[in-house]
Amino acid sequence: MRARLGGLPTFVLLLGAAYCLFPVAWVLIAATKSTGELFSTSTLSVGSSLVANLGELHGYRGGVFWQWVANSALYAGVGALLSAALSGVTGYALAKYAFRGRALIFNALIAGVLVPAVVLAIPQYLLLSKVGLTDTYLSVLLPSVISPYGIYLARIYAAASVPEDVVEAARTDGASEVRILGSIALPMMVPGLVTVFLFQFVSIWNNFMLPYIMLADDGKFPVTLGLYTMLKQGNTTPALYTLVVTGSLVSVVPLIALFLTLQRYWRIDLLSGAVKA
Amino acid sequence: MATRVRGGTAPRLAPYAFVAPAVVLFLLVFALPIAYTVYLSLFRTEVKGLGLGKGSRSEVFVGLDNYVRALTDSELGAGALRVLGYGAILVPTMLGLALVFALLLDEERVRARGFSRIAIFLPYAVPGVIASLLWGFLYLPGTSPFNQALRELSLPGVDLLSPTGIYFALANIAVWGGVGYNMVVLYTALRSIPRELYEAARIDGCTPWQVAVRIKIPLLAPALVLTSLFSIIATLQVFAEPTTLAPLTNSLSLTWTPLMKVYQDAFGRGDLYSAAATSVLIALVMFVISFGLLRVTRSRAFGGER
Repeated sequence: MRARLGGLPTFVLLLGAAYCLFPVAWVLIAATKSTGELFSTSTLSVGSSLVANLGELHGYRGGVFWQWVANSALYAGVGALLSAALSGVTGYALAKYAFRGRALIFNALIAGVLVPAVVLAIPQYLLLSKVGLTDTYLSVLLPSVISPYGIYLARIYAAASVPEDVVEAARTDGASEVRILGSIALPMMVPGLVTVFLFQFVSIWNNFMLPYIMLADDGKFPVTLGLYTMLKQGNTTPALYTLVVTGSLVSVVPLIALFLTLQRYWRIDLLSGAVKA
Repeated sequence: MATRVRGGTAPRLAPYAFVAPAVVLFLLVFALPIAYTVYLSLFRTEVKGLGLGKGSRSEVFVGLDNYVRALTDSELGAGALRVLGYGAILVPTMLGLALVFALLLDEERVRARGFSRIAIFLPYAVPGVIASLLWGFLYLPGTSPFNQALRELSLPGVDLLSPTGIYFALANIAVWGGVGYNMVVLYTALRSIPRELYEAARIDGCTPWQVAVRIKIPLLAPALVLTSLFSIIATLQVFAEPTTLAPLTNSLSLTWTPLMKVYQDAFGRGDLYSAAATSVLIALVMFVISFGLLRVTRSRAFGGER
């Protein structure tokens, strides 16, 4: 029955792959072009200015671009690490203990997924400005640490990967609850927590609205916001378009690298949460 | 849902200590701002005299007045319709493609599956702002390879940045960024279906097409419901993409989507009270849609969960 070759299905799948890779290929080529070439030469002809473009990007306003990249790495790295830890501890507690208020806490957290970011970001901005915390690193980090989606996933992972009798046995042996969590449960949940980390890393790295609202000083901008402000100025200074294109290329490289090296953790089962190989 | 805990052995305080940090952060980052928004939505600034000097501006309670204004605001209504139009293009296209790709990945006779899976998922790693920048250049008549190709065939160019084209331009960016994620979710769900089911069907003479339509898609229903829900929520929140494309075209006003209008009200016009009322309305609509969708399909979506 399997004798028929999968010609058309393979073609459809490869067509999808081509569609998804196309803009990435375009930016690779476009980044090699000078401003004149970008608007005049054929799309697929490679230019000669990649090094010059990178040099210009490096020199743009005293190297502020690298500051943006470093900021993005800081927001996403620290934010996702704290978020994975918090999700792990909370998810474990919600999955493995029966206690009063558990359903209430879980439902409230899940409802948090549904609240639009802008509905939160504006009052968060107003409240943080009352305590003088707007335009600080903390103003972007703090709201990024709690992730309802991460807690939801961690709860499912805890239920699926930490066996009840192991916890019970440790308890009988006199291990404290903190010790059971730290040396038994969390290590068992690591593959799931890596997934939570990756999700949160990507979502913080990609977040635009929160820093857009919170930050005024462009020295604290993440790279997405920095490139957006450059694009806006490109209306009056077309030379900036070349820098935006080059900057876009540089900014997606670390994410794509992270993505390819850790791709075995991108198995998402929203219903059972089992991490499958 | 969770594993049952035998009564008595588990200590009483530990779970509270473990959930405390998340609860405190949740209250600070979610609950307090939401309460503050609701509070703001019920007030307005009243200016006395010329509005100069201290104490000439005061907050007065206006009840539901801000809501009435928001509901009768024609620009907000137009924005909501624009987002509906955009979503009507986006959600079926994205989920349809994701479903097709997931089913193809699950077919053993299809080749280059590993490569295709990574390639299609890859755009998920690209921030919406950067994706909008890239596609923006691909749409821009001066740099667009599509128009270049059309010109060489002496065909008229397509302007995706025109007032109508912009719907497709925006939907395409979101499809590009989201199809891979949804494909992976659906594919993961497909992998958890016992293979014996297909074998049995195959022995009964079902073609792969019949297996896909009669067995796989019905079993995917819960995952499809969840991916639809998340896609609809993301669609209603669209902000970064139109904001990023706006500098490249006149087709996108600063109030093109309801959320962009909220941002403009709050920071452009400084009218926090209207912005708050509109925010609450948007949140309510999202809750109604989400719970409605979950209620209708609840037994199917969560029936299998432990």
